[in-house]
Amino acid sequence: MKGTVIIIGGGPAGCEAAHQLAEKGCRVHLVEKNNETGGNLNNWYQLFPDRKEAESVRGYLRRRVSRPGVEFHAGTEPRTTSRRPQGGFAVELTDGSLVEGDALLVATGFRTFDAARKEEYGYGIYENVITSVELENLFANHEVRTSRGETPRRVGIIHCVGSRDEKVCNYHCSKVCCVTGVKQAIELREMLPEAEVFCFYMDMRMFGPGYEEMYREAQERHNIKFVRGRLSEAAENQEKQLQIKVEDTLVGRPLRMTLDLMVLLVGMEASEGSRKMASALGLELAPNGFIRPADPHWGTNLTGADGVFVAGSCTAPMSLTDTLADARSAADSITEYLDAKESREP
Amino acid sequence: MKLEGKEQIWKDYQKEIADDRYYYARSCIRQTFFPGSEWAYLDILRNRLGKDVMDDPRHTTCTGIGYHSDVVPAQTIMTVVARHFALMTEAGYENITPSCITSFGIYTEILETWAHHPEVEEQVREYLWKATGREFKKPRNLAHTSDIIYKFRGEIAARARHRLVDAHTGRPLRGVDHIGCHYAKMFPSKGIGGAEFPAVLSGMITAWGGEAVDYPERRHCCGFGFRQYLVMANRGYSVANSKKKFESMRPYEPDFIVANCPGCAMFLDKWQYTISEMEGTTYGANGYGIPVLTYEELAGLVLGYDPWELGLQMHQVAVEPLLDKMGVAYDPEAKYLTRDGKEMGRPKCPTYLKV
Amino acid sequence: MNFWGFKISETRSINYDANERGMAERMEQEAPSSKLCIGCGGCTAGCTAGALTEFNIRRLQMLAKRGEEREARERLGRCMLCGKCLLVCPRGVETRKMILSMMNYIKNNPK
Repeated sequence: MKGTVIIIGGGPAGCEAAHQLAEKGCRVHLVEKNNETGGNLNNWYQLFPDRKEAESVRGYLRRRVSRPGVEFHAGTEPRTTSRRPQGGFAVELTDGSLVEGDALLVATGFRTFDAARKEEYGYGIYENVITSVELENLFANHEVRTSRGETPRRVGIIHCVGSRDEKVCNYHCSKVCCVTGVKQAIELREMLPEAEVFCFYMDMRMFGPGYEEMYREAQERHNIKFVRGRLSEAAENQEKQLQIKVEDTLVGRPLRMTLDLMVLLVGMEASEGSRKMASALGLELAPNGFIRPADPHWGTNLTGADGVFVAGSCTAPMSLTDTLADARSAADSITEYLDAKESREP
Repeated sequence: MKLEGKEQIWKDYQKEIADDRYYYARSCIRQTFFPGSEWAYLDILRNRLGKDVMDDPRHTTCTGIGYHSDVVPAQTIMTVVARHFALMTEAGYENITPSCITSFGIYTEILETWAHHPEVEEQVREYLWKATGREFKKPRNLAHTSDIIYKFRGEIAARARHRLVDAHTGRPLRGVDHIGCHYAKMFPSKGIGGAEFPAVLSGMITAWGGEAVDYPERRHCCGFGFRQYLVMANRGYSVANSKKKFESMRPYEPDFIVANCPGCAMFLDKWQYTISEMEGTTYGANGYGIPVLTYEELAGLVLGYDPWELGLQMHQVAVEPLLDKMGVAYDPEAKYLTRDGKEMGRPKCPTYLKV
Repeated sequence: MNFWGFKISETRSINYDANERGMAERMEQEAPSSKLCIGCGGCTAGCTAGALTEFNIRRLQMLAKRGEEREARERLGRCMLCGKCLLVCPRGVETRKMILSMMNYIKNNPK
């Protein structure tokens, strides 16, 4: 056996890395604060770019970790994390158990931005403002209605909520919201064929395979309207519709319209778990609050702390595709580390 | 709208407001347009609530109008404000309470500037010393006078003679609040309730029995600006902003508007006449306008002050429909009589706006 | 007589709720590829008429999509139908078809 690895976080990154490490002969302690694996993926219905059911990926992840060599510690999280005198780590969990390992992988993921912080969008106050996460839930239940139970005739999707916005102290781009917006706009049009769907964006960042193609499809096949302009203010009228103010920057004039439903594409922020692990292990944080890896090119899974590795969206906003690839790469880095350690030690 | 969401925001935006011993800084224009407001404020605080307020004849304009119109440089306005602080310090007060939103914004901005750039404060101290031989302490507490009335809204409610309720039907009166832009848009943390869901005036409305209206253009500027309304050629886009607000609030059938900024209150009142003359449009019921009150006038009515004592006859939009709803007794014959019973002259009757 | 010395300004905002969108609908039907525009401005950069007049085909068709037809009615006639815009468009918008659909709409719906 190569050694034992403690993985903090049972989302896609943690699960994929656990499988890869077990496959390479490691023993894995997989620690997850919730009772099941999946992390933020559990809030999603369908995935971009292929509209795969999120449940199928969740099943894949469950199968990945239901195997010999992976011990799943559910519903618990680290209380204290310390280095053992003989090397490696000892993590005391909130359920009272103690797990020990030769290496530690932080896979604590992200949290979605609290939309109520953008006060001018009225989330939590106006009746027909929801987040992209809540919309996924509506999709899962196959029903999208306004607070009055009516079928929305015009829906607006607001990009960059909590991203690229100094006012909420987030300079960074959350990367996946643009394509999520395109995907959700298409789903809305399929579900509500009579409704007009608008996306209000600052830039369309279609960086992944198939994303730009999906954007084209959204325009051409689904007649979704994309307006380049950031929402300045939303207000609720007597009919509980949203009256919005944006600039249609490509024509250079202010634009106002009413929406029956407004969807906020909430961005990614460093999770509480990431912050806790970073402070427990002395990991460096980037200015955006995510954990800074050792090197942005060749050391994306390494940290400044010996034996501590990172995977997935605890280091930066990342798509599911990239997260899984990052987890495999982290597993490689860890086995490299354990091999080197073994050869050093007699 | 979900009240819980707003209450969460209101919790986040509370500020410290001193309890007593205020140094009062008057507005340049309020005594002209709303001549009873500042008197009512002093009378309520001193004689109803038993507070100590220093009304200092030596203090001047803050020069805010000149500053915002590019005729007064920053160093000058800072030195003038420093002089106000010096007068406050010399009088033994620590809490400054401007009556004007422009002044409030300027005081806030200057104190913030000094906090970040102590060298600017040092320079201004030197200017003030050279010009007047005075020195000052920075105020311990800065609050707008609407913050003070907000703070004591419960005490005022407890002494209410009239509530903001239709005396005949029991229906809560619908009040539109208008917050001056410089109250919270520059520094949201300095305003009760912040900039998006301000509570400083709506809190008074609900405390006194009324219903606060949150209409779509609630946050929009009244269009006052400074050089905008000062230059006749620019007034077209100044008034258009007030019009936008009236159009947006009209479907809610508000019984009154309450404002905490001298310019806004004046604009929202006088422009209703202008718009009616230019376009024939009126925004209240039966050809009347929507009465516009300052928060002191509103507090005064609630406490049972005589409307003509409060100077409500100087408003452009007739306030009688509101007085009738509140059940406030008034003598129509006395509207244009001075305190010693002489005719003060009467305004001409507008073409469309009923008065 | 206006004795005020000023008039109440009209809003510059596009009021999408109030606007008629007949021209946009016609354009959508006759030139569906027009929906693919991303506003890059390639069409306008090389436009024969746009270099010398106020004619801006990118902005004009975007305004039409929001129900603002005035610019199309005033300026569309300056297009020389040379086809440079069609050649350059990275999204394959059939720009000549799009222009003709707007022209047809204007002809059938004179103001």
